[in-house]
Amino acid sequence: MSETLSWRAPRELARWLSAIERGDAKALAKVRALYRTPSPAHVIGITGVPGSGKSTLIATLARALREAQHPVAVLSVDPSSPFTRGAILGDRIRMRDLAGDPGVFIRSLASRGAPGGLAAATADMVTALEAAGFDYVFVETVGAGQDDVAIARLAETVVVVEAPGLGDDVQAIKAGLIEIADILVVNKADLPEAQRTAQMLAAALALGFETVGHHGAAAMPAAQDVQHGWRVPVLLVSATKGEGITALIEALRQHRAWLHTSNEGLRRKRRQAEAEIYARLYAQLARYVQMHLDQAALQRWVEACAMRTAHPEEAAEALLAHVLQAIKPC
Amino acid sequence: MRPLRILIAKPGLDGHDRGAKIIARALRDAGMEVIYTGLRQTPEMIAEAALQEDVDAVGLSILSGAHNTLLPRVVEALRARGLGDIPVFAGGIIPEEDIPFLKAHGITEVFGPGTPLETIVRFIETHTPRRAHAESSS
Repeated sequence: MSETLSWRAPRELARWLSAIERGDAKALAKVRALYRTPSPAHVIGITGVPGSGKSTLIATLARALREAQHPVAVLSVDPSSPFTRGAILGDRIRMRDLAGDPGVFIRSLASRGAPGGLAAATADMVTALEAAGFDYVFVETVGAGQDDVAIARLAETVVVVEAPGLGDDVQAIKAGLIEIADILVVNKADLPEAQRTAQMLAAALALGFETVGHHGAAAMPAAQDVQHGWRVPVLLVSATKGEGITALIEALRQHRAWLHTSNEGLRRKRRQAEAEIYARLYAQLARYVQMHLDQAALQRWVEACAMRTAHPEEAAEALLAHVLQAIKPC
Repeated sequence: MRPLRILIAKPGLDGHDRGAKIIARALRDAGMEVIYTGLRQTPEMIAEAALQEDVDAVGLSILSGAHNTLLPRVVEALRARGLGDIPVFAGGIIPEEDIPFLKAHGITEVFGPGTPLETIVRFIETHTPRRAHAESSS
């Protein structure tokens, strides 16, 4: 494989991405080196519940950015079957219009059981795409549940995509996905409920920020994030009709400019680095557990817990003790 | 061993993707990662997707009757991108007498209607040299 990564050499790039995904030692060494050279690419996370229109939104954004000649990469994650490990990766269907443009590189990725809405190799693949010289790298999560917030430790800007009519205002103030939004998009703005959904979300955000305000010095105007100084915009967009896309691109630009001019950019990088270290630490521990797990003992515990003569926590403690014993000498 | 990555595409203009979806699902259930590109793909779009996705095989479903024109073009588009090593299999409504022509033009195998899904799965598992190559070189 060639040593330099470039969006102009997509075949080599695709092969590097495969090597990274399968954990090839040479590829991971390369990623470590590349990571040390920060890139000017804007890494944007696009997340939201299944069917909210993430893929279509990315396709529309990419098309608009291509008009300004920016090379654009898209990493789309879809879920793997927990039973067969197989997956159907269908995000390209919505990005059909981008086909044939050499300035757009789309890669589909199966989650392979990783928690949080991304695949384990996502971060390293993003590093490779940044190094390849794309101006924009979009990372599309799996259709996210309320807990799938792994994108927050990777993206510079997180766009949460909502669609009209998916829940009441209590859904909107529940913890999780909505808390990681830097920009909230109400997609399918041509649907009748869109306006109301946007108002509800804006109100829910304002509620959150008021709470922050009470801890701070003075009450702040609605939807003003006093703690961090970024006002999360709620934007009405119709990805299929291309409406609201200019405003969204402007919001992406503003968010990035704000990160660069405020201290929050650096704070965010530290938070993300810490979360990423933890994620990799847990992954390494999980590999030790897999490697040294006493399978015979596991089967005995499974029987006991299934018959409810033991509690799963006891089983986990006993099995972990054995694993720790096994790895101690090294 | 990593899962096989297979591109399933429908070249040409017919709008019937039930067969393609059944195959996609069968491959998924066999533990493969299936990149499904949807309807009305040109040979160039298919080859470009195969390149970006770095797949182990390409499966083409075609019912329009244009297989003798379109399928060799997909093979050509792959070869033009240096992807001649990717096996291409086809399914759909393809008359028996056209199969030798297609095979002579780079199609690895043709599966007619009623082929058991296990046959297709088994075929793909045993005709994907790229995975073996990638694993041994790493």
